[in-house]
Amino acid sequence: MDLKEWFANRRKRQENLEIKQPLTTEEYCALWKQCFQCRELIYTRDLHSNLSVCPKCQYHFRIGAQERIEQLTDEGSFKELDSSLSSTDPLKFFDTASYSNRLEEASKKSGLRDAIITGIASIQGKEVALGAMDFAHFGGSMGSVVGEKVARLVEAGIENHLPVIIVSSSGGARMQEGIFSLMQMAKTSAALESLHEAGLMYISVLTEPTYGGVTASFAFLGDIIIAEPGARIGFAGRRVIEQTIRQKLPNDFQTAEYLLKHGQIDMVVERPKLAETLARMIDFHQVIEFRPRVAKTKVEATSTHREQ
Amino acid sequence: MVNNETKTVPLDFEQPLTVLAQQIELLEAQLQSQPELEPDVTHLRDQYEILRRSIYSNLRPIDHLALARHAQRPYARDYFDRFDNTWMELHGDRKMADDPAIISGLVTIGPYKVVAIGTDKGRNLRQKQICNFGMPQPEGYRKAMRMFEHAEKFHLPIITLIDTPGAYPGMAAEEHNQAEAIARNLMVLASLTVPVIAVVTGEGGSGGALAIGLANRILMLEHAVYSVISPEGCASILWRSADKVATACEAMKMTAAEIHKISVVDEVVDEPLGGAHQNYDLMAHTLQKSLIKQLDKLTKMSPKQIKQDRLEKYRKIGVTVE
Ligand SMILES: [Zn+2]
Repeated sequence: MDLKEWFANRRKRQENLEIKQPLTTEEYCALWKQCFQCRELIYTRDLHSNLSVCPKCQYHFRIGAQERIEQLTDEGSFKELDSSLSSTDPLKFFDTASYSNRLEEASKKSGLRDAIITGIASIQGKEVALGAMDFAHFGGSMGSVVGEKVARLVEAGIENHLPVIIVSSSGGARMQEGIFSLMQMAKTSAALESLHEAGLMYISVLTEPTYGGVTASFAFLGDIIIAEPGARIGFAGRRVIEQTIRQKLPNDFQTAEYLLKHGQIDMVVERPKLAETLARMIDFHQVIEFRPRVAKTKVEATSTHREQ
Repeated sequence: MVNNETKTVPLDFEQPLTVLAQQIELLEAQLQSQPELEPDVTHLRDQYEILRRSIYSNLRPIDHLALARHAQRPYARDYFDRFDNTWMELHGDRKMADDPAIISGLVTIGPYKVVAIGTDKGRNLRQKQICNFGMPQPEGYRKAMRMFEHAEKFHLPIITLIDTPGAYPGMAAEEHNQAEAIARNLMVLASLTVPVIAVVTGEGGSGGALAIGLANRILMLEHAVYSVISPEGCASILWRSADKVATACEAMKMTAAEIHKISVVDEVVDEPLGGAHQNYDLMAHTLQKSLIKQLDKLTKMSPKQIKQDRLEKYRKIGVTVE
């Protein structure tokens, strides 16, 4: 049964029950969601409490940065960084509308200043520097703000000696900031080089969808790369590739599972297990107690040797 | 290969010049029988020079694009040959393939020995197909990375010459993870303690260009372009129209002068009047002088300073408000 039919029947049922003020279609849609994969109708509240995963077929709905942070972090632990950082229009970019107007529209629609929220939080007791991207804001695209916030998040990780986790969801670089957007790929990768040099861990979580300049920079530089089931991840989009090579691609092309099979990611983790997996991953790599002890012993040994 | 005697292929905006040149030629042919035409010919020749200068100083962004993509534009190999006619080419990524779209080797530039990397579009149709029209595969980026590491080990500066439409949207390229190949190059380039100079000599096409473009100094030839997406891609996504390429070129601010103005590019290198393809030797000579000047400064820094200089350069790029 499709959604419209279902609502029509429901309206009939309600008319039979003589409900005087039937809900509008928008109100129904807010109350109910249909699974993109199995077409099941799910009560929005149930879907939300099931971490936006379809209870019937396990389809992972796309979720925003706010919901992601709520799902992953310990309650009340998230302290946002750089919440006031906003985009400007450095190139005075104008397509069919000005970029300034599009920025305003995007913020109204998403309720966000830009396509990423960053902060310090704890995940099952492990303190981390956490970033979550939001596809609902400007297609999750990376311009100067996303680049700057990622760089600052990584710096916060270095300063506080914390592992960094970034949950990506992005269509790629933001065209309206031109070459500045391209250079954010360089900026974020350079920041991660410093994190790498500091010996700190970076976990990249790829979610539906992650493409273009984001995959070709920080999203694929994780020490560990995790993807959510069914997420589509790649550099070039499926349609562009099909047009270029003039052949149909396999159905599962660029899905998380396909990437796993091709050796591009470490694991596919279902949403209910994500927080736990991240916490365990961090815990496993916290061996700072072990390493200095070895180094120290060696230094002592040489100095004793010299004295003799 | 083009040399100075070969006729260059005229571009759309050069049509008035072509017409004028034909008229001059006609008159010149009559000069022998009608010597009184001499002043007219001289006058027209002057007019030609004036028109030429005026056309090239009033190019629209899409005209720069046409020059950057000119079929006779000098490519990396043309420069390497002129910098050092005994340069040694090195091949392969040591894992899987030798991508002809990325060439690399050991080149002497004036007093400096450098590791040089460049894209290759291929000159004739067969070469173009072999080079995939200058669109590297992941193996090409990984070949470049091997060269970065080689340069680091032997303390050699790195020069990259960029002229590519971008990465290739192909199935194998995705399966071999071109996103990771580009990202890894960026991270490795950020870590180096040897000087890196990137030169956009033609088209700087998005991530495919950046993959060998994270450098201490970025140079652009006068008519080169550098953009986050191809103007065609931008026009089709934002305007949903293939006719808006010229508009997209303007909106993106992709010319050397515009990018220099917003301080992303450090130096714009002059081209011979009419474009680099008019005189390969002169172009290579001018570029060589610029490279030596930049290397003179960069090689005075300590390895630590060189790395720091690069990190600071990229840390600053971007415009935000708080
Ligand atoms: Zn479902």
